[in-house]
Amino acid sequence: MITLAKSKLKTFIGGIHPRDDGKVLTRSKQEVSAPLPKTVYLFMSQHIGAPCKPIVKKGDIVKKGQLIGESQGFVSANVHASISGKVIEIVPWPHPVAGIRLPAVIIERAEEDSWVEGADADSDTDRISPDEIKQRIQSAGIVGLGGATFPTHVKLTLPKDKSIDTVVMNGAECEPYLTCDYRLMLHKPHEIIQGLKLVMKCIGCKKAHIGIEADKKDVYTLFKNILSNEPHIKVDLMEVKYPQGAEHQLIKALLNREFKPTQLPLEVGAIVINVGTAFAIYEAVKFKRPLIQRMITVTGNGVERPQNFLARLGTPIKQLLEEAKVTTDINKIIFGGPMMGITQGNIDTAVTIKGTGGILVLRDAQRWESHACIRCGRCIDSCPYGLNPSELSIQIEAKEFNLALENNVMECKECGCCSYICPAKRPIVHLIKFAKAEIAKQKAKV
Amino acid sequence: MQSNNALLVSASPHIRDIESIPRIMWAVVLSLIPAGIAGVFTFGYYCLYIVFLSSITAVITEVFILLLRKQPIVSAAKDGSAVVTGILLAYTLPPSVPWYVPVVGSFFAIAIVKHTFGGLGNNIWNPALAARAFLQVAYPAVINSDWRVLTQHGMGKLVHNIAKVDAGGKLVDAVTRATPLAKEAGVETYHFSQLLIGNIPGCIGETSVIALLLGGAYLIYKRYINWYVPVYYIATVFIMVLILPPRIATPWANNPFYHIFAGGLFLGAFFMATDMVTTPLTKRGLVLFAVGTGVLTALIRFYSGYPEGVCYSILLMNTATPLIDRFTKPQLYGDRIKKV
Repeated sequence: MITLAKSKLKTFIGGIHPRDDGKVLTRSKQEVSAPLPKTVYLFMSQHIGAPCKPIVKKGDIVKKGQLIGESQGFVSANVHASISGKVIEIVPWPHPVAGIRLPAVIIERAEEDSWVEGADADSDTDRISPDEIKQRIQSAGIVGLGGATFPTHVKLTLPKDKSIDTVVMNGAECEPYLTCDYRLMLHKPHEIIQGLKLVMKCIGCKKAHIGIEADKKDVYTLFKNILSNEPHIKVDLMEVKYPQGAEHQLIKALLNREFKPTQLPLEVGAIVINVGTAFAIYEAVKFKRPLIQRMITVTGNGVERPQNFLARLGTPIKQLLEEAKVTTDINKIIFGGPMMGITQGNIDTAVTIKGTGGILVLRDAQRWESHACIRCGRCIDSCPYGLNPSELSIQIEAKEFNLALENNVMECKECGCCSYICPAKRPIVHLIKFAKAEIAKQKAKV
Repeated sequence: MQSNNALLVSASPHIRDIESIPRIMWAVVLSLIPAGIAGVFTFGYYCLYIVFLSSITAVITEVFILLLRKQPIVSAAKDGSAVVTGILLAYTLPPSVPWYVPVVGSFFAIAIVKHTFGGLGNNIWNPALAARAFLQVAYPAVINSDWRVLTQHGMGKLVHNIAKVDAGGKLVDAVTRATPLAKEAGVETYHFSQLLIGNIPGCIGETSVIALLLGGAYLIYKRYINWYVPVYYIATVFIMVLILPPRIATPWANNPFYHIFAGGLFLGAFFMATDMVTTPLTKRGLVLFAVGTGVLTALIRFYSGYPEGVCYSILLMNTATPLIDRFTKPQLYGDRIKKV
C-alpha cells in the first residue's frame, strides 16, 4: 500500500531505507507509566548550552516539579525535581551522553508524590500573551525532545532581522525502533495540536505544516480529521526514509526549501518542533507543569517485553530494563535509536535525561571488520548533505585534517547513512567524529 | 539480570546494511557464469580449463602476496575479488590460448596491478584489463595474429560447431580470426542472430551478447552496478559509429548495430567499465567516464591499427579517474539552490 502511493509522498534526496526497522516490536503496544523510581539522578546539564546551577543542597526536602537547577545564561534550561523526596547528594555522576562525570542532584523518593505549589494548575490559554507563553516554556525547562535538547525558549526567540512564515512539526520519527512519538501522536493528538498552536501564537506565525511518515497512516488520518476545518495547518505524508525527521530533510520534503547544513531553519523562514516538544509545551503552558517526565521506547532483542514507558527524568535505566524483562546475555545498550544513538558502558549508572527517547538493548550486537574503501559511491548517494564520506574517511585515516576541513567535514550531521550503507563496513561516522574533535583541539591550541 | 556483562561501546550507527564486499564480488562471479557457458558452448571445454587456470592462479597469487604483505589472509582471499579478476581476464583471452598465458596474466593482474598499489580498493587500473594489455605486449602472436596457428595448443580441437559455408560452397573455418571487427578485406560478416547468441569468433567470454546482458541485468537489479555506465558507454559508441567517416570498406563499417554487438563492448561495458574501484565516485563522474570510454573505443576502432578498442579505452579512462573525481565533486546541500 505504501509502494503504490510512493511517487506522491514527499521526501528529500539521498538517505537510506534501513532493512531492520524494528518499530513492529513496540508500535502496537499500549504505553504504560513506569513505576516511580526509588532514586532519581538529575543532571544539571540535560540540554545544549550552559549547565544549571543547583539551588538545593544535601538534605533538602523537595517536591515534584520544584526547581532544583537554575538555568545560567540565556542558552540554558531549568531542571526540576521529577519526584518528591529528599536530596541525598549532589555529585559528579557519569553522564549518559557527554561520556564524562557531570554534576547531578540525587533525590530519594518520599511516599507522597504531589506537585509543588504553583505547578499543575489549569489556566486559560485563549487570552494568554506571546510573552507569557515563552516565559512559561522557559520556566518549565523545555528543550527539544527529538534528541537535540536545544532549549525551546531560545528557539522561539527570533532574531530581529528574521521572520518565520511556517512552523514545521516533526512527526516523522525516522529513527528505526523508536515509537515514542507515534504512541504520543496516537493518544494525545489534541494536546499536541494545542501545543503547536501555542508555538504559532508565541512567534506570531500563521501557518503550520505537520509531516508524518507513511508508516503512520493512522496518525495521519487522525490529524487530518482533527484539522479538517483549519486549512492553515497542513498535514502531509512523507516517504519512510531515514533521516526524514532531520530539520533539513523535513523542510525540504514539506516546504521544498534548502539551506546549508550549518544554517538554521530560520534562514528559510521556518522553525521545527518535535511532537513530543509540542506536547510538553502544552502541558507547561496550560497546566504550568514543568518537564519532569517523557515517553521512552525500551526495545530491542535484549528485552522480552519491549514497550513504551512514561518515565520520570533521571530514572535509572536498570529499573526500566527490569520492567521490560531484560535478558541476561545483552551486549549493547544504546540511548536513542540505532542510527544516531549513544552506547552506554555501564548499566548500573546510566540514567535517563530529557533527550532520551529510546533505550535500545541488543544481545547480538556485532563488531564489523572494516576494509579499504572500494569506491562504490554508495555513501555519496546516501549522504543527505552532499558530502563525500568516502574521501573524508580516507583523509581522516591519513590524519589529513586540513584536507577534511576543506571537504566540509564540519558540515556533517553524523546521521550515519554513509556508515550504514558502506559494503566495506568503514566506520565513517566514527572517523568524522574523531576529526571534529581533533580540529577543535587544534583550534583551541591556536 | 547481571550487571557485569561486557557492554560494547562504539560510535553510531549500530546497524549496518547487509551488503558487503564478498556479497558483491560473488554476485559478480555468478553474473559472469552465463557468458562462460556461452563461451564453452561456442568454443569447447578447453575454455573452462582456461577460466579455471586463470581464477586459481589469481587466488593463489592473492594469498601469496597477502602473506608477503603480512595482511590478514582468510577474509581477503574469501572476498571473491581475485576470482572476479581471474574470470574476467580469461574472458578477454582467445579460446585457443596456451595454458601459461592466463597463468602469467593472472599473476601480473594480482601481484603487479592490484597489490603494488595496496590491494583491493587502491588499484588504479582494472587488474584484468591491465593484465590483458600486458599479455598483448608479451605474447602478441597469441593475442593478435591468425588464431589458426594456435589450434595446435591446448586440447587441439578448437573448432567444432560453427562450421560455415562461404559463397562458393566451400567449407571455411569460422573461428580463425580474432574478432568479427578485423579489418582485413574479405572478412566474414555475421548475421545479427549470431552476434546476439555468440556463435562467432572472439574471446572466450565476449561473444554472447544475450549471456552478458543476462548477467548485467542481474547486477543492475541487485544494484551492484549502475545502469547508466553501460548505457552511456554503448550509446556513445553507437553514435560515434554513425558520425565518424569510415576508413575501411567493410560492409559493416558504418553499421552501429554491428559495432556494438560484435567485439568486446558488452563485456567491457557491463563488467569492466562498471568496476567500482577504478571508476569515478559520483554519478556525474561516471557518466563522463562512460562517454569518454565510448569516444575512445570508437576512435581506436576506426583510426588505429587495432580492431578492438574496449580494453585500452577503459584503461585510459581509469587513468583519468582521479581527474574526473576532482571535477565532479558532490555539491554541498544548500549550494544547489541559491534562493530562499
